Amino acid sequence: MSEIIDLNLVELVQKIKKKELSSKEITKAFVDRSEKSKKLNVYITDNFNEAIKSAENFDSKPNFEKKLPGIPIAVKDLFCTKNLRTTAGSKILNNFVPPYESTVTQNLWDNGAILLGKLNCDEFAMGSSNETSFFGNVQSPIGENLVPGGSSGGSASALAAKLTPVTIGTDTGGSIRQPASFTGTVGLKPTYGSCSRYGIVAFASSLDQAGPMTSNVEDCALLLEVMSSYDLKDSTSVEFKRNNYLQNLNENIKGKKIGIPKEYITDKMPKEIEDLWQNGISYLKESGAEIIDLSLPNTPYALPAYYIVAPAEASSNLARYDGVKYGFRSNGENLIDMYEKTRSEGFGNEVKRRIMIGTYVLSSGYYDAYYLKAQKVRRLIKNDFDEAYKKVDAILTPSTPSSAFKINEKTNDPVSMYLNDIFTVPINLAGLPAISIPAGLDKKGYPLGLQIIGKAFDEQNILNIAYSMQKKIKFKNVINDWWLK
Amino acid sequence: MTKHQSQYLIKKNNNEYEVVIGLEVHAQVLSNSKLFSSSPTKFGAEPNTQVSLVDAAFPGMLPVINEFCIKQAVKTGIGLNAKINKRSIFDRKNYFYPDLPQGYQISQYKNPIVGEGSVTLDLPSGEKKIGIERLHLEQDAGKSIHDLDPENTFVDLNRSGVALMEIVSKPDLRSPDEVNIYIKKLRSIMRYLGTCDGNMQEGSLRADVNVSVRKKGDKKFGTRCEIKNVNSIKFMQMAIEYEANRQSNLIENGETIDQETRLFDTKKNETRSMRSKEDAHDYRYFPDPDLLPLELGDEFIENLKKEIPELPDQKKKRFIEKFKLTPYEANILVSDIETSRYFEEVIKNSDVKLSVNWITGELFALLNEKNLEISHSPISAKNLSKLINLIKDGTISGKIAKTVFELMIETDKNPLKIIEEKSLKQQSDPKELEKIITKVITDNADKVKEYKSGKDKLLGFFVGQVMKVSGGKANPQLVNEILKKKLK
Amino acid sequence: MSIDLKTVKHISKLSRISLDDEKAKKLEKDLNSIFKFIEKLNELDTSKTEALSSIVETKLQLRKDEIKSKDIREQILKNSPSENKDFFVVPKVVE
Ligand SMILES: [Mg+2]
Ligand SMILES: [Zn+2]
Repeated sequence: MSEIIDLNLVELVQKIKKKELSSKEITKAFVDRSEKSKKLNVYITDNFNEAIKSAENFDSKPNFEKKLPGIPIAVKDLFCTKNLRTTAGSKILNNFVPPYESTVTQNLWDNGAILLGKLNCDEFAMGSSNETSFFGNVQSPIGENLVPGGSSGGSASALAAKLTPVTIGTDTGGSIRQPASFTGTVGLKPTYGSCSRYGIVAFASSLDQAGPMTSNVEDCALLLEVMSSYDLKDSTSVEFKRNNYLQNLNENIKGKKIGIPKEYITDKMPKEIEDLWQNGISYLKESGAEIIDLSLPNTPYALPAYYIVAPAEASSNLARYDGVKYGFRSNGENLIDMYEKTRSEGFGNEVKRRIMIGTYVLSSGYYDAYYLKAQKVRRLIKNDFDEAYKKVDAILTPSTPSSAFKINEKTNDPVSMYLNDIFTVPINLAGLPAISIPAGLDKKGYPLGLQIIGKAFDEQNILNIAYSMQKKIKFKNVINDWWLK
Repeated sequence: MTKHQSQYLIKKNNNEYEVVIGLEVHAQVLSNSKLFSSSPTKFGAEPNTQVSLVDAAFPGMLPVINEFCIKQAVKTGIGLNAKINKRSIFDRKNYFYPDLPQGYQISQYKNPIVGEGSVTLDLPSGEKKIGIERLHLEQDAGKSIHDLDPENTFVDLNRSGVALMEIVSKPDLRSPDEVNIYIKKLRSIMRYLGTCDGNMQEGSLRADVNVSVRKKGDKKFGTRCEIKNVNSIKFMQMAIEYEANRQSNLIENGETIDQETRLFDTKKNETRSMRSKEDAHDYRYFPDPDLLPLELGDEFIENLKKEIPELPDQKKKRFIEKFKLTPYEANILVSDIETSRYFEEVIKNSDVKLSVNWITGELFALLNEKNLEISHSPISAKNLSKLINLIKDGTISGKIAKTVFELMIETDKNPLKIIEEKSLKQQSDPKELEKIITKVITDNADKVKEYKSGKDKLLGFFVGQVMKVSGGKANPQLVNEILKKKLK
Repeated sequence: MSIDLKTVKHISKLSRISLDDEKAKKLEKDLNSIFKFIEKLNELDTSKTEALSSIVETKLQLRKDEIKSKDIREQILKNSPSENKDFFVVPKVVE
């Protein structure tokens, strides 16, 4: 029998239901491995003792009707958790203990899950390598001094390193899919409006969406089912019929029309990524899907538009961190001095950079040229997808333009860092669902992912396509536990 | 009165300056809970006890809009004869201040819920229409308290997030008096609608006052200054006077006026520039991504139209036509919804003319003296109506009625009971009256002689004597008739 | 278009983040490279395009006018940097 930590979520749920494993045994296994994995720096705040107590509680009064019965889960530290410190990876929230719970995490606990701890992430989710966290960078289990991607880097690392059976992240421009791609895991960004944003520390409100990060597509379907809910506390939450995604998972994709957008083929694209994409196309064909070439002409403008919209919203969302109500305060000679010092010392460089960009593009005289223009481009990008979906059921692209890079490799060049999200950002701008699944390894042995983009609220469809591809790809993540040695 | 006579002009040397005023009135929406959160809006609670996680802008907290506040804004828009915009957008107005927990105020910038409308003022010179530019919904800020501690400012967020309607007028007002009448009219309309209680002491109604001056006859507006957050009509008027003077002085001295925001110092009775050394405000408005555009259906608006009561202007018209009131009387009686209700209750069973006189005379004097709202009147409409009927049918004289009125204040008793208890009923029996009159004539033989020799004015003396003897109860009309007969 | 040091300092004031000269210079360089990248949008003619106001196509949900929250002053003030039990406290604001 394989070890507990090697079991996926669906298997763990089955074993608990069959009483082959107790919640405490499972929880202890992940806690033990987490304790030994400090080198990865994935936890900002752990909840290990409480988790074991909760597991004991579960075992004494087990409820096997729940979808996640007694399953321990660590979550990105962007989700507010009642009475447990929530930092968003920032010094400015270093000591913040929310008296409330985010809707998405509440959904997990309501379904029987147990909180293992809070996972490292880029500060306020601003980053693509988890190097902007106040709590230090995260190591990837794939290799030493390799970034796990970001901003849900702690989540991706913890999952790939088997410190948690599944995890949840947030995705504003690729923050779930890019780290999933870098760590050989599955990550899904749901349609905007699918998962409630209530209680999630906001980065860019019109783009932020929480989603599942798992080791396979079945787990992803189950976790999404639990996370997604209509929430009256979030005005952008959408009421639609949410599927039992796992139960409805279906590998038969015969006759499905899959689009291949030519604009995703870039000059600088490494050969191995092109090959990977081609393999994906072959698998789809083998499964009876129809491949259709298409054009999303405004794709090249997505990233520049994103770097206006996201910082603009962030500059306003982060205005509440002013040292008055909660969090870090630096004493100043007067009010303005207090504000300026608090925010200067409390925020890291990347966050400050983005606040400045956002403030600039909204400021008097520049609003039309930047912010308004970007919102128009956003309309064009959405129109591109609307047109495409008249012809196809889903779209296949690579998840990232490269595999994982070394820590510090890109920290001095913000633009090169931003380019990481070139394939993921258009999806956030259009509010669509997309999943990244591991599809192979590059020459260095680093994982690479493929992205399947769906129509709005058509998560079941992309899960099904991913499920079918997963069976063909038979990806095996190579984790040699280097950090334990 | 001609238009010219009512004009408010500032005279400087050989020039006359006209003042041009526009108001941005902030009216607190009457609602149980706040605009974007479900905490209470009650006035005067302990500090920070009416604050939710949303109001204090905790991380991850989101606004959810109050339907009733939207209805209140639409109703007010209808009351201002304004265009209701079926699609409006909430924007963020970004600035840092301790009593603004989000670091931005949710307001409406380019697409307000209500567009252009108008308010009609009754001026001594006639009616005048004041244009309404727009009405939009926004959140109120909290309160900064600067005088509780020598080194610190304390912040109370109870008000944070309370719904406000900002009603922006066109620059159509021309004097402090017009501002007074405009505010009162606006308040009256909102009270009729039940959308704002207009309580200025509690800050439910405040205004930013935009003032500029120009030489009489000029077509172009001068540079304006905005006087922020003035919370009483008196202060608005004082601030305008001060500012009109200041600006015309500047022009006289060949100086220019800076467009700036100023505050009115109520202790020194002057306005002061508020511009700090910091750069001018740049609010960086943009649509709030936490909210969707607000779309109102035709049915939603039509249903609200059905809820609109008769408003002051219509009521005034009806009072004039139906009850033959003068415009002046009608104005007084409709200006406040409670007064109009009281009036209509009284005249249900009573003479209109007498009712108008008694309400605007004795009752208003009483309320004024006791500083009471008509809704708290010590004399109910029902009992006042009875009193008026007793005068009308001759049971008591107008003079006795005043005595009865005084007695009613303490207890609000049925006037008929008071009359009986105190035997104040009018003496209208001719036989009884004749007895008294005969006695008076006998007792004043010399005066009778004088009267008969042509001193008609003495009739009043005889009446007075009769009244005195009767203890004021004699029916004056009858006394007159009988006296004249007897003295012939 | 390029962003000069004066603009950087102005934005830093607006965003209430103090910057020393060295940081300001570094930021000037970063912002210029980012905005050079953003300028790509100028290639697009958007004169006939309507700006997107929301990606969500449903109607704004309206809440009933009910008081649901209770007095949570203690919780609200617990995370604040000051010890005061009734108020948030900031350095004196002079008006
Ligand atoms: Mg104003
Ligand atoms: Zn306002």
